[in-house]
Amino acid sequence: MELIDQHTKKIMEGCKERARNAGLWFQEESLEYIVTNRDLLELTPKLMIPTLYDYWVHDVEVLKEKGRYELYPSNPYETVINTRPAISFYNDNNPDWMNVMIFYHVLAHIDFFQNNLYFRHTWDYDFTGQALSDKRMIAKLRSEKGRWVDYVIEFVRGIDNLVGYHEELSRRNRRPKTKRSKMLDYYFDVFLQSEKNVKINEYIKEIERYNQCINESKALGEKTFFAEVFKKYPEFDAIFKKSLQEKFDQKLDLIQYLLEHSEFLKKEKNNWMKPIIEVVRKTSLFFQPQIRTKIMNEGWASYWHERLFLQDDRIEGHEVDFARSHAGVTSMPRVGLNPYALGMRLFHYIENVADKGKYSIKFRRLLDTKQREEFDAKTGLGRDFVFNIRENLNDFVFINTFVDQDFVNRYKLFVAGRRLNQAKRVLEYYVKSRKAEDYRQMLLDGLYHPPHITIEQNKSNNGNLYLMHHFEDKPLVKEFITNTMLGIEYLWGAPVQLETSEVVQIEASKPQLTIPGLTTPIKEEKKEKEIKWQRVRYTMKNRKLSKEVIASEDRSQKTEDK
Amino acid sequence: MNPKLKELYNKIKKNGLTPEQEQKILLELYDDATHDFPDESSGAPQTGDEAFRTTSQNIYTYNDLFNLQAITALQSTHNVSIRSIDELLERDKQREKDGFPRKINVGRLIKPGRGGRDKVVVVPSTVEEKFIHDTSLQTEEEQPYGGSGDGEEGEVIGEQPIRAPDVQGGTGPGQGEGGQHEIESNAYDLGKILTEKFELPNLKDKGKKRSLTRYTYDLTDKHRGFGQLLDKKATLRKIVETNMHLGNLTDISDLDLTRFLVSPKDLVYRILSREKDYESQAMVFFVRDYSGSMAGKSTVLIVAQHVLIYSWLLYQYAMQVETRFILHDTEATEVPDFYSYYNSKVAGGTQVSSAYRLVNEIVEKENLVRDYNIYIFHGTDGDDWDTDGKESLPQLKQMLTYTNRVGITIAEHAHGKTNNSEVEKYLKKSGLLEEKKDLLRMDVMQEDADEPRLIEGIKHLISE
Repeated sequence: MELIDQHTKKIMEGCKERARNAGLWFQEESLEYIVTNRDLLELTPKLMIPTLYDYWVHDVEVLKEKGRYELYPSNPYETVINTRPAISFYNDNNPDWMNVMIFYHVLAHIDFFQNNLYFRHTWDYDFTGQALSDKRMIAKLRSEKGRWVDYVIEFVRGIDNLVGYHEELSRRNRRPKTKRSKMLDYYFDVFLQSEKNVKINEYIKEIERYNQCINESKALGEKTFFAEVFKKYPEFDAIFKKSLQEKFDQKLDLIQYLLEHSEFLKKEKNNWMKPIIEVVRKTSLFFQPQIRTKIMNEGWASYWHERLFLQDDRIEGHEVDFARSHAGVTSMPRVGLNPYALGMRLFHYIENVADKGKYSIKFRRLLDTKQREEFDAKTGLGRDFVFNIRENLNDFVFINTFVDQDFVNRYKLFVAGRRLNQAKRVLEYYVKSRKAEDYRQMLLDGLYHPPHITIEQNKSNNGNLYLMHHFEDKPLVKEFITNTMLGIEYLWGAPVQLETSEVVQIEASKPQLTIPGLTTPIKEEKKEKEIKWQRVRYTMKNRKLSKEVIASEDRSQKTEDK
Repeated sequence: MNPKLKELYNKIKKNGLTPEQEQKILLELYDDATHDFPDESSGAPQTGDEAFRTTSQNIYTYNDLFNLQAITALQSTHNVSIRSIDELLERDKQREKDGFPRKINVGRLIKPGRGGRDKVVVVPSTVEEKFIHDTSLQTEEEQPYGGSGDGEEGEVIGEQPIRAPDVQGGTGPGQGEGGQHEIESNAYDLGKILTEKFELPNLKDKGKKRSLTRYTYDLTDKHRGFGQLLDKKATLRKIVETNMHLGNLTDISDLDLTRFLVSPKDLVYRILSREKDYESQAMVFFVRDYSGSMAGKSTVLIVAQHVLIYSWLLYQYAMQVETRFILHDTEATEVPDFYSYYNSKVAGGTQVSSAYRLVNEIVEKENLVRDYNIYIFHGTDGDDWDTDGKESLPQLKQMLTYTNRVGITIAEHAHGKTNNSEVEKYLKKSGLLEEKKDLLRMDVMQEDADEPRLIEGIKHLISE
């Protein structure tokens, strides 16, 4: 890998200046490298992080068919990585005008990385530097422990999509602890409000009583206050203690829980595994925000490279080249989804709407279509508004909040369906719906979403680890369960159980043999497919998996084939 | 419709058919497809445009390197990876010893070219298992896509032929994936990997040997008095023998070597001599059902398995393998190369007997039995218009008289009932599978079988 030449670097610096003037914010330094195919060969398995730890899976083709993006929340072909300084990669024969466009795109990405709050936990350190020291640590361990290092990596990677990314973020944004006692906080904030649902005047009475107690005696006030409480709510003490425990456990994701509580890892001879486990977890956390902001991030970068390129005086004469290239990247496909195109349009749309002041109560109160159409408060705040969005939202909120009917209409978006036409022996694509809610739902369904699996402490007994899959109408991939649980069992050192839901049976649609040219009815029949779910429990014990049905669920789901 | 087929159909019908069988036959009968090669120039869907080929793209498949800079091609160099594949497989074996299941699949990609320039590309692959959501409950048909542009709700905006897998038949299993870790290798290497790493059985008795008009020169003959290389051990033995006769060696405990006489005749030399080379040789018939019902996955599966078998035999017979390719629907034809075998599109009805008859004819006409170990591998989806095997079974019996092994693979359609195809039924009924267990094997798999299953199947087909 080679740094770009001085000439190109100068172009980059020019881009930075213009981007800053336009309102983007990013750190001074950045590194730009020319990559050859050989470099890419090494970089892509390592997710473009040159210093990522070595692992044999990086050397083989990983099967992609099944849930590629569910498995790997990171894009192996990113041009810019979220490090300090940010590093970006280029072809060595890009013409200058094209580099200008790419630089703007890259700078907008860097701006996004360094301002979007979902990346908050990546701001305080340089990932490549950290990764390098981790890589050395793992290499050293590998020279001592051999292949067992790779087993540990493998088993932790098996659960690295369950990292508590949102917990990590929430921990960062938690307000500093109050000086008051936890019991007091719990009593007023949770117990009275959620558990007892007391009326407001009673609540205020309690506060007054507390203040009175404190006034009477600073030291013993709280005690006397709670003496009364215990009398009034004898159950309070127990509930409070239980809440303490819950709180404590909620904080830990599966990997952390293993680190904290696994008898196997606690053993002296297995101590070396812990740092490896930490590394895998940290790496996963690092990539989490990336996949959760794909549409926004690419949309934001496309939005800015378009805007800034057209204002750049250095590239006059290349407007047509740019137009062609830009259209290639950001055109809406007839069928399919392009995050660049969608995100960019949504930012444009939001800016426009915000400029007119339509995100306001005043506008929302309007019922008349014509008035709504012509509404324009000329706030001029559109730009601020989109900057705000890039700072505070992720894909889910972005789409859920801003994809509305006007947006769908304006860009002629629709949900496309696909069906078999027996007569013509073709698959037909058709316009299924132009409703905003359908389009939004289609987008949301496509977003990255790992299963929600928690540790059930009260069901874990005799040293077993009990995992609860909170079912969201999507079962787990069955073939993967065995090996994943095998890994967890290894790290836990005792049997592991997983409770999840599975399909009882899908009523097999009869093999519809149709005879082309004959008189068999070709029209699609509407058939109802009934899916019944049952709750099952897998147990991994001594590397053997067993399964038992614990309850069949009533909630049968009906889907209609259209 | 082909009048000959129609006639055949009527004849079969007279003999009585269950409605299900009849439906299957009719399905093939009225299918007017032909056995052309896929037309490479018109690979695109007829009416659909570019957009309809990219529909499977998920938003997460877009990336800056490709979309902005068009950086893609990542070709690994051949020798770097070939070393790693050995390492990988070694590691995989170790896993098993450590009590964990194996994880490496050796995927292969066949790129048949005309004129025997078939390339086998070995792609080691693996899966990292995690708890993830299974989206396969939603069939592809139900899965909604995003779209943009004009069109009323309900309006059809494009079409894509459903025979798509066949149109792209040229790339076959693992199509178009051309990832960075391919290893180009010939079938021999693949056979070696299969034999060594997947513990496919080695052939113990390679059967009849056939002499080749080939000589090798080796220091195998012995000669007394002169030669190229002194055989010391033999010479010493000779000297001892001579001296025993001379009475110079009477008491072993009291050896007096100074009294030993060495005659020039006692010197034994090795001398260069001409050797005739004997090698066993195999003739493999690959028979594939390319009737209309074979569309899609079953064909891919059968061909993939045949390539693996071919590779294995090639290794076992040290390259001394000749192949013949037979395709059949209701009639059988022999095709000259793997390209045609692999790429011919499916169409028409099914009569297994036609293929067996052709094999028998070839073997007889060319008198192959004398010179070759003959293997016959037949791949089908199990449909046969000859529903009770009245015609196929006699042909099969004849085959069993001369062959080393007949392996029949049935790739069952997912929508059918399992273990219920015609071929399977009449084979089982005939009792040949038990009677001639050493000669005839059958492997039944679902059409969505994966690679380990394929290799398992091969083990079954070829094991002793």
